[in-house]
Amino acid sequence: MARSNKPLLWLPFAGGGLVAALITPVLILITGVLVPLGILHLRYEAIAAFAHNPIGKVILFGAVALPAWHAAHRLRMTAHDLGLGGGFAIKTACYGIAGLLILVAAVALLAI
Amino acid sequence: MSRRPYIRKVERSWWLRQPRYVLYMIRELTSLFVGLYCALLVVGLVRLSQGQAAWDGFVAAFSSPLGVAFQLACLTFAIYHSVTWFALTPKAMPLMMKDEPVPGIVIVAAHYAAWAAVSIVVLIAAGI
Repeated sequence: MARSNKPLLWLPFAGGGLVAALITPVLILITGVLVPLGILHLRYEAIAAFAHNPIGKVILFGAVALPAWHAAHRLRMTAHDLGLGGGFAIKTACYGIAGLLILVAAVALLAI
Repeated sequence: MSRRPYIRKVERSWWLRQPRYVLYMIRELTSLFVGLYCALLVVGLVRLSQGQAAWDGFVAAFSSPLGVAFQLACLTFAIYHSVTWFALTPKAMPLMMKDEPVPGIVIVAAHYAAWAAVSIVVLIAAGI
């Protein structure tokens, strides 16, 4: 069987799609509506304590990294749909930006 | 000897031809807003790691009118992503139980239940 890197791209894509579907709307509801309206307050101590906890780190990383990868993969496919080629430039842009975001998220989380 | 393969020309605007193609393109474009919101979250993690003042500045920034407008756009597309993702799950991952296919509606309903549960847990964790 020919070696393929598709499962490696696909698994986080599918997982990211599910995580994005389940958790991203409520996160936006909090940061985009409830906090600006003053209904919720994301106090520094509480958020920092959550991010300091190892389980909290994993949850935050998953909530950021998986949807980011999902978005990168899907945008690459959509670029292909729009006739923008499946070339190296599009791949590098999509996976590169997502990879950078994921790396920065990991570094920031480890520094908390 | 190699020959150049024939590549059919694709009109950039093919997706405007039929309403269902437009809906498909909107569905795929949800990923742009999911990605942009992830970028906002990454900025938040960086600001969080820089201490209280940086974090408070981040909260003020995403609570500004521009921040809210951007996030309302993200929220609209994120919900559209959830709805379309749940709708295609039984087609992408059909499930068998005791040699019988699980009806699609059951799989979709389970996803909506999980969506509600996750949302409630996150809201409680955030202090509502």
